[in-house]
Amino acid sequence: MSTTHTRDTVAAGPPPDGTRRPRPLNSAFSRTAPNRPLLGALGIAGLLALWELAPRLGAVPERYFPPVSEVLATLAERATTAPFWEAVGHTLYGWALGLGIALAAAILLGFALGAAPRLRAFTTSTVDFLRPIPSVALIPLAVLVYGTDIRSTLLLVVYACFWLIYIQVLYGVADVDPVAEQTARSYGLGRLARIRYVVWPTTLPYLMTGLRLAAAVGLILSITAQLIIGSPGIGDQITNAQQGGAVALVYAWIVATGILGVVINIGVRALERRVLRWHTSVRGEAAA
Amino acid sequence: MNHQNHQPNHQGERPAMLKVTGLQKIYNGGATAVEAVRDLTFELAEGELVCLVGPSGCGKTTLLKCIAGLMAPTGGTVELADRPVLAPPPGMAVVFQEYGRSLFAWMSVRDNVELPLKEKKLPKARRTELVTESLEAVGLTGFADSYPWQLSGGMQQRVAIARAIAYEPQVLLMDEPFAAVDAQTRADLEDLVREIWQRLGVTVLFVTHDIDEAVYLGERVLVLSNSPTVVQDDITVDLPVERDQLTTRQDERFTDLRARVYAQIQRAKRGTDQPVA
Ligand SMILES: Nc1ncnc2c1ncn2[C@@H]1O[C@H](COP(=O)(O)OP(=O)(O)O)[C@@H](O)[C@H]1O
Ligand SMILES: [Mg+2]
Repeated sequence: MSTTHTRDTVAAGPPPDGTRRPRPLNSAFSRTAPNRPLLGALGIAGLLALWELAPRLGAVPERYFPPVSEVLATLAERATTAPFWEAVGHTLYGWALGLGIALAAAILLGFALGAAPRLRAFTTSTVDFLRPIPSVALIPLAVLVYGTDIRSTLLLVVYACFWLIYIQVLYGVADVDPVAEQTARSYGLGRLARIRYVVWPTTLPYLMTGLRLAAAVGLILSITAQLIIGSPGIGDQITNAQQGGAVALVYAWIVATGILGVVINIGVRALERRVLRWHTSVRGEAAA
Repeated sequence: MNHQNHQPNHQGERPAMLKVTGLQKIYNGGATAVEAVRDLTFELAEGELVCLVGPSGCGKTTLLKCIAGLMAPTGGTVELADRPVLAPPPGMAVVFQEYGRSLFAWMSVRDNVELPLKEKKLPKARRTELVTESLEAVGLTGFADSYPWQLSGGMQQRVAIARAIAYEPQVLLMDEPFAAVDAQTRADLEDLVREIWQRLGVTVLFVTHDIDEAVYLGERVLVLSNSPTVVQDDITVDLPVERDQLTTRQDERFTDLRARVYAQIQRAKRGTDQPVA
């Protein structure tokens, strides 16, 4: 499966830079604003046309590669049924719960260890060892311990998401500006007040980057777990459709997965823009 | 406080507010130890405005951080109103050189100024009052809801000053606060500092590397030597209390004092280790 690959590319993404260099979050909008959506729409239209024509003209075997109209019709039809939304619900539940647990744990541990440099140094090599282990390698273990229970899915999602967020939190906690820190101390802010008013806001841009990466990876793993372990959800539905020879349905589910991913990404980015109104990456829009 | 209290300092007339005795600071950066400050002893009387000049890198920021309780000195003591400073003391506010990094980008101007007051547990009504007054004092009344990064450098520095005066400190430390603003803004901010000092009766230690600024602002100028740093000279500025950017700077006395400070700095740069007797 391509999970390992996805992990690698995602994990290799550049860490955000607190204040010095704006991240490319909104630069794409500013310069080519009028053309972007249009070009995007044209690109999608082109892809759809190709997908429709290639099977119809016999360029690819229609048996394995049904035209897009058929796939979308199947999807539209399924989307009116309860089992469809149940499966989506299962997948999203595993995703959200796993992401939530990973987020909470990463924030707690990241802040605790960020405040204790010795402990952090002590755990660094362990983290460097555990972090590259692909979550999917834990599938046999998960099945052994939890069977097809949702906890199997959670284990995989939490494991993958945790490291992505945790590393970012560690970067963020370490990035506190000494001048800001000294200002806070000279005005009598205690430890907790400094965490709340200085360390937390400094970490937030990093945390949001971690969350964005983890949200995407979490969805992949939620579906992967269902696909391989067979616990209920979209992944399980894809396996069923494939085994029943319903090729169009397999594609319909894949398209649904893609849409889900896009929606989640839009959601996280909206959250990011809201939470980081003051940050260099978002500021341009906020000030305008 | 009225102007009579700000006649040039005569030793013993006013009680000491800040006392620095034999202060030494050695940075231990691994193998190499840097002695930033060797042996500094001086006093600030209550309500005095003293400027500290010295060549860049001579340890002015180091000294200020030791006074502010942000850094433990290697030797010597700092006393604020007869009590030793071991941690940031309640009655002290610092305006840092790097104002851009000292203001919290994630908070509005109002919240930046109000945060220390919240930590002081002042009631909401009093906080609002102090924030409004201090922003008015620095001429930023309409900018309470702006974010620091929406303001120019000079305005940001004024926010930092507003935050310091809203805190109602006994002692105000300023570390080259105007080094990075343009000449016109700088002149305005200098007058602002003198005005605030006269109005609030606060004790001010103003660090600068600019000789003119030191003489224009101070009641006294302390000249620091090159690193390892000692007090090279202590000059009383006997200029009238009311100062004016144009006339004061053309005053003959001003020119004399400036020449004296300049000569001392030159001596300091040549690395004469002996403080002036
Ligand atoms: N954290 C530090 N570690 C080691 N050396 C330092 C540190 N901070 C300052 N110094 C050194 O101490 C000396 C005085 O620095 P500083 O107090 O910043 O001078 P100034 O504010 O007068 O320009 C300089 O030589 C500087 O390199
Ligand atoms: Mg300095």
